[in-house]
Amino acid sequence: MKNDLNLLDARDLLAKKEISSHELTKIYLDNIKKGEELNCYNTVATEHALTEAEKSDIRRKEGKHKSPFDGIPIGIKDLFCTNNIRTTASSRILSNFVPTYESTVTQNCIDAGLINLGKLNCDEFAMGSTNKTSYFGSVINPWQSSQSDAKLVPGGSSGGSAAAVAADLCIASLGTDTGGSIRQPASFTGTVGLKPTYGRVSRWGIVAFASSLDQAGPITKTVEDAAVLLDIISGHDEKDSTSSIKDKENLFENLNGSVKGIKIGIPKEFESNDLPASTQKAWDECKQLLQSNGAEIVDISLPHTMDALPTYYIIAPAEASSNLARYDGVKYGIREEGKNLIEMYEETRSIGFGDEVKRRILIGTYVLSSGYYDAYYIKAQKVRSLIKKDFNDAFQNVDAILTPSTPSTAFAIENEPNDPVQTYLNDIFTVPVNLAGIPAISIPFANDENNLPIGLQLITNSFEEQKLLNIAKNVQDTIDYNHKPNKWWTND
Amino acid sequence: MIDGWELVVGIEIHAQVKSNSKLFSSSSTNFGSGPNSQVSLVDAAMPGMLPVINKFCVEQAVRSGIGLNAKINNKSIFDRKNYFYQDLPQGYQISQFKDPIVGNGFIEISSNGQSKKIGIERLHLEQDAGKSLHDQDPNYTFVDLNRSGIALMEIVSKPDISSADEAVEYVKKVRSILRYLDTCDGNMEQGSLRADVNVSVNKPGDSFGTRCEIKNLNSFKFIHSAIIYEAKRQIKLIESGESIHQETRLYNIDTGETRSMRSKEDAHDYRYFPDPDLLPLIIEDTWIENIKKTIPELPDQKKDRLVKQYNLSDYDAGVIVSDRAISDYYEEVVKDRSPKLVTTWVTSELFSVLNKKNLSISETPVSTGKLGELIDNIESGKISNRLAKDIFEEMCETGKSSSEIISEKGLSQISDQGELEKLVDEVLLANPDNVEKYKNGKDKLFGFFVGEAMKLSRGKANPKLLNEFLKEKLKT
Repeated sequence: MKNDLNLLDARDLLAKKEISSHELTKIYLDNIKKGEELNCYNTVATEHALTEAEKSDIRRKEGKHKSPFDGIPIGIKDLFCTNNIRTTASSRILSNFVPTYESTVTQNCIDAGLINLGKLNCDEFAMGSTNKTSYFGSVINPWQSSQSDAKLVPGGSSGGSAAAVAADLCIASLGTDTGGSIRQPASFTGTVGLKPTYGRVSRWGIVAFASSLDQAGPITKTVEDAAVLLDIISGHDEKDSTSSIKDKENLFENLNGSVKGIKIGIPKEFESNDLPASTQKAWDECKQLLQSNGAEIVDISLPHTMDALPTYYIIAPAEASSNLARYDGVKYGIREEGKNLIEMYEETRSIGFGDEVKRRILIGTYVLSSGYYDAYYIKAQKVRSLIKKDFNDAFQNVDAILTPSTPSTAFAIENEPNDPVQTYLNDIFTVPVNLAGIPAISIPFANDENNLPIGLQLITNSFEEQKLLNIAKNVQDTIDYNHKPNKWWTND
Repeated sequence: MIDGWELVVGIEIHAQVKSNSKLFSSSSTNFGSGPNSQVSLVDAAMPGMLPVINKFCVEQAVRSGIGLNAKINNKSIFDRKNYFYQDLPQGYQISQFKDPIVGNGFIEISSNGQSKKIGIERLHLEQDAGKSLHDQDPNYTFVDLNRSGIALMEIVSKPDISSADEAVEYVKKVRSILRYLDTCDGNMEQGSLRADVNVSVNKPGDSFGTRCEIKNLNSFKFIHSAIIYEAKRQIKLIESGESIHQETRLYNIDTGETRSMRSKEDAHDYRYFPDPDLLPLIIEDTWIENIKKTIPELPDQKKDRLVKQYNLSDYDAGVIVSDRAISDYYEEVVKDRSPKLVTTWVTSELFSVLNKKNLSISETPVSTGKLGELIDNIESGKISNRLAKDIFEEMCETGKSSSEIISEKGLSQISDQGELEKLVDEVLLANPDNVEKYKNGKDKLFGFFVGEAMKLSRGKANPKLLNEFLKEKLKT
């Protein structure tokens, strides 16, 4: 049995005809079945995937494969609209929604010949850091603490995307990142998660959470795979007005893993006594590693980054409150009848949305209300500019910034704090990046004393993904992180 | 002034941008297509759909701004206006709030024979909503999204209007300018142009009173009578000691009354904020300059020119330029012809036929060429003015040209000297008594001879030549 394959492994096996796409797809559909307990998938597109795999095999036989990766099965966060395949955003309100169109990102994957295995569970409308807000239930982290067999959160919102890659329920996956939703779950599951520069990847056809922050990206097993998948999904899209007109790069081809002469900034504001010792240790070791590989470590300051979280929790809910207004029971999704229009709206949205989504709609509606708009929304936009400026200033002196990805490793589902603000703190290291619109990657660095993965975050300036991936590859190749969760969920 | 009260009116005109596709999607904007047949995924606000600005609509707004003598803003921003309604699929309308595409401007209207400047506050671009159909089913409202997403220009006047007549003049003038610019078809019956009027009253010398807004007026008649009704209602209230509450009112076209729709307290909080799906709209000066070069002659300039070039009266020129199509028609016909004759034929004969048949100038049954030929036949003396009117009527009915009708019916005027002499001789011979009387000083009988000769010629005798011959013959 071929297992634990990454994109490059699968590419080579397919090229050498050691496996067919159909066989490969079957293996992963089988893995998905065995891993049902992890609750990674909202919808498994079994028939679709097998049919597409057969077509891919025919293409390859005729030498007409669309790319070297034609025929490789991946998982897609249930936020990307996929033609004829149910797309729910893990919300009850869209639980019956089947799009008639394909998002630009998933179309790009189809154009490269990738096979969609199904739709990955996530927090409802991508709002959450634990995957507990999903209408379809929590995703379970494939990792377990060596101290207990309590079920752990995979992080969120792309919890299904990260857990599925970690548990080998797909070769790679797509997620979206609004405040850390790719990097935080990647960090919790020992996977690589890349949030590209805002505008690098089209948002067309992705269920919108906060339009000025949302960005799709890959969750993969290796840095190379992240480069491959970003190459496939990125590029200008005239259907998205915020899409960058920059030419596509060949990130994978130009990946060299060099850090020679590279300056890496360590922001003092990210240092804290609350940071677990093992995370601090990983961070320190990574600095030393980079230094010994030829990089220069520089202390920097990002004075406004600690205001990022409150800023984010004004801007993101404000945009979300408006973006989610379209889910009103009139046109698609579920409808709960009422005596009149207003009652229909109230009933539909009351049962259609979960608590966290409602909370954010209320916050967003509040901060945009006349009389509060200047004090909250306008103020937050001003702070956002300051945060952007912090990064701009920093990148005058350094090439990249190194921080922990998250303030802790994965925690037990039952231990999620009742106070939502405590949960929001999970994103404290990732949110500033979204506000600045710059790219960042989380890579697994080590496991903590409980054998749980610790992720570190690298950040570069806008459109410097090449540099970002080179540094990440350097770290990856040096440490050779090869921990895997033991597959407790299978009966094998 | 009404009963010692001053009237203050400000008007918001919603003008549908003339464009083949919508403001943020490529759907068609055709009027009268089957319900929900012109709806894209964007118009229906499907999940994940994003707006992309239609450059042509922006150009149309800039062109309109130039026509309204207004400042074109180099940077403008699209905002979301949030509210829930069944025919608003996104749950928000994309509009422009703080930073519109067009700023201050003005137009001139004529008021009591004098010219008056009315200020334009702004013009902004926004999306139209869909249409709710409440009469299709006893239990459900149906929604047609064909109109959803169509580009509108909202043109806001300053409160410079002080009577219902001026209000109508203002809307007529804006409509005329937009039609000249070809940025809005101005079709009020189809709703391509509608107006919200803000009305308040105050005693001379006092500051403005509290205003009420009357929404969605789609004819000049309604604008006029709604303002009059509303002003009188407000005066009556104030005079009976009550105060005016700021509110939005609806005009009932059957009763001519306005009634409250919602008070200021119930007004929506639209929670405007910049649409994060759209970048700020940046317009370069060079583009504005290029558009300026394509601006046609506008009604005011054209009127001045017509008065000078054709020696028209102010009034006639005003009537002719009020509609670009009419002025185009007029200028086509007047080429190398007598302006006086052409003006009469266009403004009285042609207009009365159009009015009677309820046709617009573009639907005229008589082309410029055919009207020109008719006038040529009058000018050359081939037919008399009176006969021309009969022929014109037939032209309108049959679509035939005047020459066709003249030759078919043998209506050509008798100008031949020999024929006219014969005619005159015959008349004089048949009426020896009257000839005698005329010669003895009864000059008035001249008309009798003309009438007899005309009767005999079945109206075809050239009146001018006939007069000359008669006078000559009667002298001898």
